[in-house]
Order: sequence, then C-alpha cells, then structure tokens
Amino acid sequence: MLDLVRDVVSWVLIGGGGIFLVIGAIGLNRMPDVFTRMHATSVSDTFGAGLMLVGMMVQGGFSLVTAKLLFLLLFLWFTAPVATHALARAALLAGCKPAVVEESPVDAEVPKGDEQ
Amino acid sequence: MFFAGLLAVLAGIGLAAARALRGPTTFDRLVAANSIGTGAILLLALLGFASGRPEFLDIGLVYALLNLVGTFAVLKFFRYGALGHEGLEEEEEERA
Repeated sequence: MLDLVRDVVSWVLIGGGGIFLVIGAIGLNRMPDVFTRMHATSVSDTFGAGLMLVGMMVQGGFSLVTAKLLFLLLFLWFTAPVATHALARAALLAGCKPAVVEESPVDAEVPKGDEQ
Repeated sequence: MFFAGLLAVLAGIGLAAARALRGPTTFDRLVAANSIGTGAILLLALLGFASGRPEFLDIGLVYALLNLVGTFAVLKFFRYGALGHEGLEEEEEERA
C-alpha cells in the first residue's frame, strides 16, 4: 500500500517535471529575444528540475541518496539565477537590445472604421 | 516512471540543442548550453535510478559545478579574449 502511494506520488512529480522541462525548451525555441529566452529557460531550471528531483527523493526514501538529491536541488536553485544574471548582464553590455513592442498588438490588429 | 522522465529530458535537450545550433548571438547559444547542462544533470540522476545504481548522483553534482564555472568562463573569454584578464578594474583605472 505504501509502495503504491509512493509510486503514484513519484509518477505525478516526475511527469510534472518533464512537462515543465519540455515547456521551457519549447519557449527557448519560440521566444523572439535573448532575454525572453532566458525567461523561458528559468521555468525548466526551477520547476522542471525541482519537481523531478523531489520525485526521485520520494523514491529514494530516507537515505544518503535523498541527501545527495537535496544538495543537487539546492545547488541548482542557487546557481541557475546567478548564471542567468551574469548572462543577461553580459548580453546587455555587449549591446543586445531587448525587443520592445512599440504599440499594443491588440490595437494594431483591429481594423479601423468597422464599427457600424 | 524513470523512462518517461528520461524521454522528457531527452526531448528538452534536443530542443535546446536546436536553439544552440540556430541561435543568432553567442548569448543564445550560451543560454541553450546552460539548459543542456541542467538536462544532463537530470539525465544522469534518472539513469542512475533506472539502472538501480544511484551512485550516478555524484557525477551529477560535479556536472552542476562545471555548468556554472563553464558558463562564466565562456562569458569572460568572449568579453576579454583571455581567462586571466583582470576584468573591469583595469578599465576603470584607465578611464581615471
């Protein structure tokens, strides 16, 4: 019974982490700009990796493996923002301009004079 | 369940590799490389659990360290052209 509960919880956590990972990777391909791409990968760095590691912790039980997974999780959560910050600062200093939409895309697509 | 996770991680790594090959600037490629590094850590952990040998986690920890240091090294090399460069302090002294 306890094994079944543990397996179900692990399935949910690892599956959710996988979904977040794939969503982050799709965002990395679809976003228009360096900075927005960094924003998309932060999803897979925090939620994807976090949920997967917690799911493996549930499988590992109360042991050294879980401790190692906890260290891995803490390390990822501390280093990923640092690396992203350094990347964003370097990109700004190198002259990458963030892509800015000048007018609201909703307003731009409404044809004028159609309201009769 | 570990194999489903492995499939998801592999799909993520593949998509990030596509961005790394396509990316217009160096920073795009670095973002993708960072993402691939995170995927490699998860891949190692999942592979260890799937084969019943969780000792792979130690290699994952080393990869996590290398990922951060490698990103910084490439950034510094790209900016200054050398890893032993003093950085911003020298430039500020030159300006003063």
